[in-house]
Amino acid sequence: MSRFKDAGHLFRFAFLFVVAFAVFLVVRHFVVPRSFGEYGHYRGAAIGEIAAHPIHFAGHQACEACHADIADTKKAGKHATVNCEACHGPLANHAADPSIQPAKLDTAVLCIRCHAASAAKPKDFPQVDAEQHSSGVACETCHQPHSPAIQAGGAK
Amino acid sequence: MSGVEGYMYPNEITLYWSVLIVLYPYITGLVAGAFILASLERIFNVEAVKPTYRLALLTALSFLIVAPLPLQLHLGHPERSPEMYFTPHATSAMAMFGFVYLWYLMAVLVFEIWLDYRKDIVLLSQSTTGLKRILYRIMTLGSSNISPRSLAIDRKVGWIVTLVGIPSAFILHGYVGFIFGSLKSNPWWDSPLMPVVFIFSAMVSGIAAVLLLYMLTAKLRNQPIDMPCVDTVAMYLFYIFILDFSLEMLDLIHRIYEADESFRSLNFMVHTKLYFSQIVLQLCIGTLVPILLLAIVQVTHLSATIRKRIYVLSGCLVQVGVFAMRWNVVIGGQLFSKSFLGYTTYKVGLVTREGLLVAIFLSILPLAILSGLLKLLPPWPKDEQNLVEAAATHTP
Ligand code: HEC
Ligand code: HEC
Ligand code: HEC
Ligand code: HEC
Repeated sequence: MSRFKDAGHLFRFAFLFVVAFAVFLVVRHFVVPRSFGEYGHYRGAAIGEIAAHPIHFAGHQACEACHADIADTKKAGKHATVNCEACHGPLANHAADPSIQPAKLDTAVLCIRCHAASAAKPKDFPQVDAEQHSSGVACETCHQPHSPAIQAGGAK
Repeated sequence: MSGVEGYMYPNEITLYWSVLIVLYPYITGLVAGAFILASLERIFNVEAVKPTYRLALLTALSFLIVAPLPLQLHLGHPERSPEMYFTPHATSAMAMFGFVYLWYLMAVLVFEIWLDYRKDIVLLSQSTTGLKRILYRIMTLGSSNISPRSLAIDRKVGWIVTLVGIPSAFILHGYVGFIFGSLKSNPWWDSPLMPVVFIFSAMVSGIAAVLLLYMLTAKLRNQPIDMPCVDTVAMYLFYIFILDFSLEMLDLIHRIYEADESFRSLNFMVHTKLYFSQIVLQLCIGTLVPILLLAIVQVTHLSATIRKRIYVLSGCLVQVGVFAMRWNVVIGGQLFSKSFLGYTTYKVGLVTREGLLVAIFLSILPLAILSGLLKLLPPWPKDEQNLVEAAATHTP
């Protein structure tokens, strides 16, 4: 019993730990969002919140339904794999209501976004140094955006 | 692009881990090193280094308090950092490290200091007045039991805490090395030797720091320096330094011999951008010179004055060397491109949030905390006698 008494101060220290842990649990209870861990190591409610965001992209299937001509041109050309909205930007509002005019594109800045020469790009990806290649002339002057390849001997 | 040579991927041009991330392993290293010095003497009962025991514990505590600050300042949203504790992810090295840190701070360091000082605290709570008395009262946790039995229990429990503390200190700093060593994407860091090298360099820097602090505080208090004590500490420093040096060389030789695809690029970096900090500061000035100086002391019979000067000099050089080592790891690992075709430059800001002024402030802060702790809990054995007397005359 007296041994117990002489170790009393140790229990006081241990008690501090218990209190600190209890405080931690209480704080944790209040700061961790309710839905945390519902599906995984994140706030479950976040999925609903993100799903509620307005949609910005319509997807190329939507465009192709109305702009079949362009879809056909594109399919035959080198940009077959490039999505409409990769160039035109998000156009969900236009697809829902065609009276909303999409913004005009400036090919002088649009095309080099993908085609600017860089050592980091795979060697077989078509790339040009815009200064040397066209010295500032809009790419559209020579290339058809929806079917960009220029056939040898074809129109410049 | 300014500061870029050759080819860098765009995300490599700016260094994100700044001088504060250099400071962080340096500071935790001092903690682990100082604690391991204290533990060695406690576990192995080395009488000679007793005068540094409490000083080492307080040093460890004051640096440990500051250790997370550089990380906090580095974070874009420091207020979110507690989430690491509330919803920890088992695969996050940083989150697990947070618990190691807390465990080490509270269950090891604070507890051990409290046990060791309990008698002093109780006596002080009886001999002081006013605010100080209240403070000491709180620190006694309301128990003024300093019967021989209770103190004997404290010693036993303290011994166990120290025993648990040694692996804890190893884990604390091993973890810092692990955070770098486990990054397989970075050939400069990716090495299983990293945690081990970090621990040994931590011991070197921590022991040297305690040695310096002991001599400095003795000087400031106009007390004679206990030469057998500093000689023994310096001897430890020497042997652990040799181990540390061997491990670092092992790592180096391994890299050179293995010469994997990153070697040419890293080798070039060490000979250009890192030449000064790695070869000159870390290897020559910070390692070879102090090892040589300490070796001279071991094999010759020099006078006490010269030995003291050598200890101060090599202690300071060790700090420079270990800081340079952290610098070379953290900054060096971000200077080269993963394409192995280019290099970038790190420019330290001066008054930015992660700039030089903040780094200097964070390096001085632990010393300020330490001087406060030294006032609050004087570690000098001589004072103990006076304390008992003061308490005896003062008890109402
Ligand atoms: C519901 C049918 C419909 C859908 C879906 C649709 N559009 Fe349109 N789009 C139109 C109509 C109608 C016009 C106006 C044509 C005109 O004024 O000549 C137009 C005009 C355009 C224009 C401007 C033409 C100009 O002359 O300036 C662009 C660019 C465009 N659409 C791109 C797209 C893209 C990209 C998508 C897919 C996200 C898309 N559209 C989806 C019907 C649609
Ligand atoms: C490589 C980038 C790119 C892609 C991919 C692309 N466009 Fe275009 N598109 C342009 C450019 C550039 C213009 C001409 C500038 C302008 O009118 O804004 C244009 C013009 C248009 C026009 C205006 C009428 C015309 O014929 O000039 C329509 C409609 C259009 N695009 C629809 C589409 C649709 C639908 C798709 C997907 C099937 C698509 N675009 C894919 C770049 C692109
Ligand atoms: C979103 C990225 C993107 C944009 C923007 C883009 N392109 Fe392309 N372009 C591609 C891809 C992908 C290919 C196909 C590459 C392949 O076949 O490997 C391609 C192919 C080409 C080719 C064919 C090269 C050859 O192999 O002959 C030309 C020419 C070209 N693009 C011109 C342009 C022009 C002009 C513009 C601006 C109107 C433009 N591109 C905008 C991605 C893009
Ligand atoms: C003056 C006309 C002209 C202009 C303007 C022009 N191009 Fe071209 N471009 C060509 C011709 C012609 C070729 C085909 C040359 C060849 O096959 O060697 C070509 C080829 C290309 C290729 C394929 C290169 C390859 O290696 O396969 C790309 C990509 C390209 N251009 C992108 C652009 C971009 C981007 C712009 C705008 C900055 C642009 N071009 C402006 C005439 C032009």
